[in-house]
Amino acid sequence: MGVENVVITEKLDKLISWGRRWSFWPLTCGLACCAIEMMAASAARFDFARFGSEVFRPSPRHADVFIVAGTLTKKMAPVVRKLYDQMPHPKWVVAMGSCAETGGVFDTYSVVQGVDTVIPVDVYVPGCAPTPEALQYAWIKLQDKLRKEGSLKA
Amino acid sequence: MNSVEETRRVEINMGPQHPSTHGVGRFILTLNGEIIEDVKPVCGYLHRGLEKLAENMTYQQFMPIVDRLDYVASMNNDLAYCLAVEKLLGMEVPERAEYIRVIVAELGRIASHLIWLGTMALDIGALTPFFYTFRDRETIYDMFEEICGARLMYNYVRIGGVAKDITPKFMEMLKHFLDTFPRLMKETDGLLTKNRIWMRRTKDVGVISYDDAINWGLSGPSLRGSGVNWDLRKNRPYGIYPSLEFDVPYFPEGDVYARYLVRLEEINQSVRILRQCVEKIPAGEYMNPESPFVRPMKKPKEGIALKDFVLQIRGVKMPVGEIYFGAENPKGELGFYIVSDGAGKPYRMKIRTPSFVHVFALPKIVKGGLVADIVSVISSLDFVFGEVDR
Repeated sequence: MGVENVVITEKLDKLISWGRRWSFWPLTCGLACCAIEMMAASAARFDFARFGSEVFRPSPRHADVFIVAGTLTKKMAPVVRKLYDQMPHPKWVVAMGSCAETGGVFDTYSVVQGVDTVIPVDVYVPGCAPTPEALQYAWIKLQDKLRKEGSLKA
Repeated sequence: MNSVEETRRVEINMGPQHPSTHGVGRFILTLNGEIIEDVKPVCGYLHRGLEKLAENMTYQQFMPIVDRLDYVASMNNDLAYCLAVEKLLGMEVPERAEYIRVIVAELGRIASHLIWLGTMALDIGALTPFFYTFRDRETIYDMFEEICGARLMYNYVRIGGVAKDITPKFMEMLKHFLDTFPRLMKETDGLLTKNRIWMRRTKDVGVISYDDAINWGLSGPSLRGSGVNWDLRKNRPYGIYPSLEFDVPYFPEGDVYARYLVRLEEINQSVRILRQCVEKIPAGEYMNPESPFVRPMKKPKEGIALKDFVLQIRGVKMPVGEIYFGAENPKGELGFYIVSDGAGKPYRMKIRTPSFVHVFALPKIVKGGLVADIVSVISSLDFVFGEVDR
């Protein structure tokens, strides 16, 4: 690969990442309580459309961000893994809420202690339940990540 | 002939990731063409082991977990749980606290019904009401944030009263809400109630008769949608509900549209209750000072500090006995059955949730209906999977 090619792919990566940054399509997969705040984030006051992310897709094949919103149980874990596998590359995961991060208050026999034991996570949003502002802050962090790392290499 | 019949049947898996199952519900549908022959609800995708968790926690520690049962109406869960524990203790609650409790519970009921209305309209295909109802819900969130600092999980109602007194700003917000909300609600009402598409999608769909509704154990608005005049606030009154004037709406049709009308009217009745509470609310204590769950505000001396520590670890000693208390929640009857062996932690706690019953009444309701209607029936029963699986 010549120097020119590297320069072109670098520039292309910047352009594509810029596009992707402002058009994340999240997957509609509300697991528990946090789903209500996820819905509130997409509703009128918080208006996720400002981030270009108002299109919540019901099918994983159309989505590129997986918001794991809520408690992940052992029965649900294979389903979440399958959903993640069905999403096309590049894809990112946001673990929303204490349950998705560490299991939260539910330290029981049936709860997966952190969604990162099942799928790789890019951004963690703390809180029980996190406010919509917190979710939007996570969005900004995800955009930062794309700006710094690009999205073609992933 | 038989083999042709066989080949026409299709099994379809709906969920656990499906936008209209209101959480992680899974239904296995058996279809004969467009007709639903059988539905098998599969639960357990959000089983968090709450009942087991309760056995290892003191009564006070379990309070925040109760919030996560029906996460759309946390205040009402808190209230039901506190009333159950107070019944076990035989504890009185100051009158002001009773009023505050009714105010937050009715606000919670409105918030829950608003989210139901928005998501039901979304499922049926009307996007606009979702934004309208969430706008009003945010106003209620603001009020709750003012009194307890949280938007979704409040932990505000406590055993013996409430956590904090309500602020003057809260009362102002509440009055403003009561002035503006009925007008805003009329907008949503005007969009849907006489809308021809809405009526075609909901009338004569998912009918459950008077007798079946009782036999299948439905409760709350879903029961009243079948013409049963049963509301625990009237029939087994608790708190200050007997001193308040309100009607129990019920419609005899038993279809999705009737359940829709019941909930819409309940919102109006809640506003009516709130108006009375704003007028009548007395001054006084917001927490029973003799409640053993109240910690002394002063810095305790050494001996008392040890006692306090032991109280925190082992919990307050409770009377021996078994009690059941059911409260009228937005979804139906939420009941707590507590077996106490005298320790600071419950020996066994059974949580009777309305959603669990409603999910398993679904096959009865949708059998013989069209596959497109199952979405509206699911929405009209208004279940939340945090409650179904516990």
